[in-house]
Amino acid sequence: MGDQPANGRDFVMKKSPRWLIPFGPIPVRAGAILGVASFVVPIALWCIVSYVPFVWHPLVEITQPGAVDYFKPGTLVEKKVFVAENAKMKEAGLQIATGSPANPIFLPAPHDVAISLYKGFTTPPRRKGEPWLHESLWHSIQIIFWGFTLSSIIGVPLGILCGVFGVFSKLTEPVVDFTRYMPAPAFGALAVAILGIYDAPKIAIIFIGTFFQQVLVVANTTRKLDTSLIEAAQTLGARRPQLLLRVVLPGISVDLYNDMRILLGWAWTYLIVAEYIGASSGITYFINQQAKYRIYDNVFAAIILIGLIGFTTDRVLAWLGGQLFPWQKTSKAGLLQLWLKSRQPT
Amino acid sequence: MNLPDYRDQSPEVAARFARMAERPITMEVRNLTKSFGDNTPLDNISLVIRRREFLCVLGASGCGKSTLIRILAGLETPTSGEILLDGNPVSGPSPDRGMVFQGYTLFPWLTVKRNVMFGLQMEGKSSFEAASEAREWIAMVGLSKFENAYPHELSGGMKQRVAIARALANRPRILLMDEPFGALDAQTRAQMQSYLLDIWKNVDVTILFITHDLDEAVYLSDKILVLGTNPSRIAEIIENPVPRPRGRSQFVSPEFLATYNRISELIHPPTETSQERLHIPRLTMAGDDVE
Repeated sequence: MGDQPANGRDFVMKKSPRWLIPFGPIPVRAGAILGVASFVVPIALWCIVSYVPFVWHPLVEITQPGAVDYFKPGTLVEKKVFVAENAKMKEAGLQIATGSPANPIFLPAPHDVAISLYKGFTTPPRRKGEPWLHESLWHSIQIIFWGFTLSSIIGVPLGILCGVFGVFSKLTEPVVDFTRYMPAPAFGALAVAILGIYDAPKIAIIFIGTFFQQVLVVANTTRKLDTSLIEAAQTLGARRPQLLLRVVLPGISVDLYNDMRILLGWAWTYLIVAEYIGASSGITYFINQQAKYRIYDNVFAAIILIGLIGFTTDRVLAWLGGQLFPWQKTSKAGLLQLWLKSRQPT
Repeated sequence: MNLPDYRDQSPEVAARFARMAERPITMEVRNLTKSFGDNTPLDNISLVIRRREFLCVLGASGCGKSTLIRILAGLETPTSGEILLDGNPVSGPSPDRGMVFQGYTLFPWLTVKRNVMFGLQMEGKSSFEAASEAREWIAMVGLSKFENAYPHELSGGMKQRVAIARALANRPRILLMDEPFGALDAQTRAQMQSYLLDIWKNVDVTILFITHDLDEAVYLSDKILVLGTNPSRIAEIIENPVPRPRGRSQFVSPEFLATYNRISELIHPPTETSQERLHIPRLTMAGDDVE
C-alpha cells in the first residue's frame, strides 16, 4: 500500500481518442481520406439542399398552371402564393395548379453546374464579339501572369537585398510597409487615368497588390537564413559575391519558393477587383454577363473554375518544389502524394 | 587515493613538452580584449599555440570562450589586441583558420561531397580536382558510403565528421573547434573524441578546441587554458600530464584525476557552490530509504 499516493488520487490515464491528442500524428491513409472528405462534405451538403425536396426549397416550380392565369409551366413562385392561389381556385371550383418544390434560381443544383462546366466550353457566347469561357479564363490568367511576373522581377531581388543589407532595408522597408496598407483597388481610378482602360491598369492592380507584400515577405525570409551558414562559408574562403550566390540564394530557395506560392494565391484574390477596372474583362466580365442573363449555373461554373485553376496550380507547384529541392527534410505532402503513399505497402 | 600534483610530469611527458617548446609558433594572441560597454567578456588574453599542439580552452558558461574563438576565426573584431598567424597579423575570416561550429553548419542544399568541395572551389580549384580531393577527406572520416547523401540524412556525429573534413580540406594552419561535440550524446561524443585524436595524429594541423566538458579537455589536450569568469582572464594554462597515446582507461589514472580536480577547482571555486544549494522543504513522508 506504500506505493499509493497519500491523497488516493489514481493516475490511470483515460484512453482518449487519438485524433484529440494536440499536435498528434494522423496516419497517412486517414489524412488522405480526410483530404478527400474536405471536398466531399460540402458537395454532399449542396446535394442535400438541392435534391431532397423537403430541405429548404422555398419555391414551387409550376408544372401545370391549371386555371391560374399568370402561372406558366416553369415559373417559380413562392410556396405561400402557390398555396393561396390553389385555395382560391378550389373555392371557385376551377382546376388547381400543380408544381414541384424548387430552390431559388441563384442556387443551381450540382448536376446543372457540372453540365454548365462542360457546356461552358462548347457553347458559343450569346452575342457576337463576346468572349468564350475559355477565352475569358485565358485572358484572366494572362493578367495574373504579367502582374505577378513584373512584381517578382523587381520585388524578389529587392527583398533579398533588403534582407542581406541593412542599408536597403532601412531605405525601402518603411515606405513599403506604409504603402502595403493602402488597398490595391484604391489605386484603380489612378491606374485607369494613367494606363488607359484595357489590360495595363489591371496588371498594375495585381502588381500593386503583390509587390509591397512580396518585398517584405522575401526580406523576412532572407533574414531568417541561419547566419552560421554564412559564417561557415566565410571560414571556408567565400568572398562577398560568392556568399550571395552560393550561400544566400540556395539557402533561402526553399522558403522563397513557398513564399511565391502563397503570394501567387494573393495575386488571384486581386483578380476580380482588377478586372472590374476600366473595361471589364476576363472571367469577371464572363461572370457578370452570365449573371445579367440570370444563368447562375454558369456563374457557379466560372467561380469553381477559378478555384480549380488556383488549386491545381498550387498542387503542381508543390509537387515541382519537391522535385526542385531534394534536400528538404520533408516536402509538404499534397493530396496526390498522400494518396500515392497510402497505396504503398508498408 | 593520494593524487600526485597535476604539475608533476613523468620524464616522457616532460621531454615531450620540451620538444614541443622548440616548435615554431603557429598562432600568437597578444593582449586581446573585447568589451561591449561595461561588459568585458575577454580581458587581456595572451597565448601562444605551437605547431601541431592541441590546446583546449575551458571555462564555465558565459566566460567568453565562444567570443574568443570567434575573434580568432575573424568572425568578430577585438576591441584591442593582435592575432598573429605564422607571424603575420590576421583580420577577417580565412580558410587558413578552419572552423568547426557547435551547431550543424553543413549547407543543407549540398551533398556531403559538395559540402567538402565548397572550400576547395572557393580556392579556385576545378570541380574535378575538388571532387577527387573531397573524396579523400570523406574517406578519412569514414563516410565514403554517404558522399552523395544530403546532411538531413546524416546523424549528428556524422554531420560533425563532415564538418571536420570540410574544414580540413582547405589545409588550415589551425583548426578552431567551438564545442563541436556539445550537442552529441555521450557515446557519440566519446567516439568523436577518439576520431579527432586519430585525425590530429595523422594530419599536420594545430587544434584549438573550446569545451566546457572537463573530461573532454583532459582527454584530448596537450595544454588546457582555463578562462576565469567576469572578467574573463586566463586563470591558468595547464600542461596536461596525461601521457600519449590516450585511451579511455586513463580516465581513472592519477594524473588524469589530479588534472581534472585542478581545473574543476579553477572553474567552480568551492565557496560559490556551497552558497548555491537549494533549500527544499520536505514534501514526502515516504521514501526515507532514498537518502
